[in-house]
Amino acid sequence: MLESFKMALRSIWGNKMRSFLTMLGIIIGVASVIILVSIVNGYMSYTVDSFSSMGVNQITVNFMSLPSRTIDVDEFYEFYEENTDLFAQMTPNVSVSATVKHGSDTMDRTSVGGYGEEYIDIKGYEVEYGRNLLYSDMVSRQKVALIGAYVASELYGSSENAVGEEIKLNGENFTIVGVVERQTEDLSDFEDGCTDDFVWIPYSRAAKMSRNATISNYTFTSYDIDDTDACTAALEDFLYEKMKSDDFYTVTAMSSLMDSLNEMIGMMSVMLGGIAGISLLVAGVGVMNIMLVSVTERTREIGIRKALGAKKRVIMEQFVIEAAMTSTIGGLIGIVIGGMASTGIGKLMGIDAPPTAMAVLVSFSVSVGIGLIFGYMPASRAANLNPIDALRSE
Amino acid sequence: MADKNNAPLIELNNIYKIYYMGDEEVRANDGISLTIHKGEFVAIVGKSGSGKSTLMNIIGALDVPTEGEYFLGGQNVGEMSDNQLAEIRNNMIGFIFQQYNLLPKLTILENVELPLLYSKMEKWDRRERAMESLDRVGIKEKWKNYPNQLSGGQQQRVSIARALAGNPSLILADEPTGALDSRTGREVLDFLRKLNDEGNTIVIITHDNSIALEAKRVVRIHDGKINFDGDVKDYARII
Repeated sequence: MLESFKMALRSIWGNKMRSFLTMLGIIIGVASVIILVSIVNGYMSYTVDSFSSMGVNQITVNFMSLPSRTIDVDEFYEFYEENTDLFAQMTPNVSVSATVKHGSDTMDRTSVGGYGEEYIDIKGYEVEYGRNLLYSDMVSRQKVALIGAYVASELYGSSENAVGEEIKLNGENFTIVGVVERQTEDLSDFEDGCTDDFVWIPYSRAAKMSRNATISNYTFTSYDIDDTDACTAALEDFLYEKMKSDDFYTVTAMSSLMDSLNEMIGMMSVMLGGIAGISLLVAGVGVMNIMLVSVTERTREIGIRKALGAKKRVIMEQFVIEAAMTSTIGGLIGIVIGGMASTGIGKLMGIDAPPTAMAVLVSFSVSVGIGLIFGYMPASRAANLNPIDALRSE
Repeated sequence: MADKNNAPLIELNNIYKIYYMGDEEVRANDGISLTIHKGEFVAIVGKSGSGKSTLMNIIGALDVPTEGEYFLGGQNVGEMSDNQLAEIRNNMIGFIFQQYNLLPKLTILENVELPLLYSKMEKWDRRERAMESLDRVGIKEKWKNYPNQLSGGQQQRVSIARALAGNPSLILADEPTGALDSRTGREVLDFLRKLNDEGNTIVIITHDNSIALEAKRVVRIHDGKINFDGDVKDYARII
């Protein structure tokens, strides 16, 4: 056995150019499998990350139209209080289309909305100056506002100066009680319509402004992504009980959106992996081809070995090991190249794509397997050569 | 070896080897019976196409006869499987070929070790036996070289060393001097005779009568049949 390995290495080394060309197929195949799988994986975790920054544990309730039977805010809060073991936060959402003004300055693309006091926690933001919206602001429908850093810097010069100032929404004066810390990292992104361009007011006030007493949109968060199914179910039960029909609302969990996205990416990865797999198959045929040539070339050698008493199994072993070794070495080189390339490409794409252990393991065993499978046919041809004919060949 | 002193080493009973070339039947061996005892030095001589190579293949356990029995050291070789034949070749027969048939990518030592490797001998045993064998043919100091670094005569000596390494019951030489000039050919023949003097059984296959005359017994094959079998002195008289 050990001798066979030595002999195989020697034969591979003895035909460097040919061995390298044979390996090249395997190298490309293995490297492309690793690159594709790693990139797809990296992309997948990148989307998971960006989803969780958007709030992967969020569940949104939306009322379609407003039927006669409604649920008011207090009922939602009641439900929320009863289920604090499931839900981490909740807020009503009231979007307001309002012109934002301070003196003669107008903001064009500022998003204005009415929310509960927990909204800032759901977003994961922090107040930089002043204070957050309070429960008491909600109850008494205070004309107060929490604004983003962009609004503050545009209208008041800086976040610091904004606190305590007045801001006009649709002509009504609101007092700025706090400024949220800046979220955009690049200065070039700090512009109209950016994440820092917002004004938040108490939802109760917003509802009054929109002249619509009922609020049609709520956001809940669960403690853990894994709980979202239970949370969704609890919400649906609650809504159905109140509305007696599920035609009027939708409950959407972010995590299920992410699941379907991941499913799509997964399918893409299987498809790409399949294409790369085909290139591995082609490489295997290459190995078989070269081994057949090698058997033909070494017919005389095989004859001599058989005349000296080599049994079929020994000859078989020699050629199978040589084929397996060629493709294994190719596989190892492919893994190294694939690993480096996927890290490099990942960097270029701005994602973290290290080769996964799974991809490395699978492509390694596949390349060994290819050697064994595609080496078998030439090897058995060698083993079954008639020693007399083999000795006679030149 | 299990063979008793007077039991023959080789016993061929009515051997036929028949090929078909298209529709034509070729009787390469057409009823050959031959007995060779331990310690004999036999030359099998015949023109090309006479069937002597076919006979050599059968004696060398490289091939099995179409019909007839072949006993080598009491074992019925005619009915053996490929693997059993390989074992017989490995244990009982030392081949010396016209073209030396050394493996060019192995060193001299590794070439001589090859039959021992196939009989699963341990590495150090193998090495020792191979070196001993190389010493016997007088080219021990070349053990590290590769075949193409040696002259034809030296290469043939390596192949003799390889044949001897497994301590076979029979040394089978197929035109051993065919590729050598007359002087080195002479040396090889002298060496074979020396081996015979030491008690080895030797069978030479040749087309050359002058080489056949070096043996002690001559068997002449013509058209697949034996038409002379006797002492070399009698053979010398009829040619």
